[in-house]
Amino acid sequence: MQDQGARIRTIEQNGVTVAEFMGPDILDEIHIAQMGEQLTDQITRQQPPRLVLDFTHVAHMSSAALGMLITLLKRVRERQGHLRLCCIRPQIYEVFVITKLNGIFEIYDDRSAAVASIP
Amino acid sequence: MERMVIPSELESARTVAERVLAEVHRHHYSPESVFAIKLALEEALTNAVKHGNAGDRTKRVTVEFSINAKRAVIIVTDEGPGFDPRCVPDPTADENLECPSGRGIMLMRAYMDAVTFDRTGRSVRLVKLNN
Repeated sequence: MQDQGARIRTIEQNGVTVAEFMGPDILDEIHIAQMGEQLTDQITRQQPPRLVLDFTHVAHMSSAALGMLITLLKRVRERQGHLRLCCIRPQIYEVFVITKLNGIFEIYDDRSAAVASIP
Repeated sequence: MERMVIPSELESARTVAERVLAEVHRHHYSPESVFAIKLALEEALTNAVKHGNAGDRTKRVTVEFSINAKRAVIIVTDEGPGFDPRCVPDPTADENLECPSGRGIMLMRAYMDAVTFDRTGRSVRLVKLNN
């Protein structure tokens, strides 16, 4: 439950927006709502949205974060876009497996592969 | 057992979580156990504030905890109407998989050694062994 959880840095890579979570925690709802707004704003700027979420720095995340990601995925789909997740450390990946969300998100080990997978 | 009573708001919940986690670190819990406790506590506190007390800031959340080198016990109690945990839909069922909410209890159960709700459904007891 740290404040730095709210920060996201975005860069462009081969026509794909890469959003990198800069804090170790995506836990509490206040910051998750802020991140959701920031990412939603990002996908409305690009048609179709082409977005990679980089979890390199993320050490903890909650079910509210999973909810935010699901909502984001639906919005990307509505706009016929592409969303990929990458660089998820094993402990966090286990959360996706337990909740079976690894089946609905496209998850890559590294950023380059995630970017390259987007048509 | 240490006891903290806080207003039902996420900002106050953060203070409690930091206090509990400081105690967990003081007893040198493994990184895996810290991860589990941090996640389960976040879920329990969010449930209490958001669902139990339904965002009513005039209500309170009580957190009791006892942490030693072998075992962490945390009890989170809200002042809401209570609920029956057996009635919470399975979030991994196909029809619920893309629902943005409903995974908190499942994650608590997955990561803690024991998760029990009292009869009123207002109080959850989390236990984690320091393996």
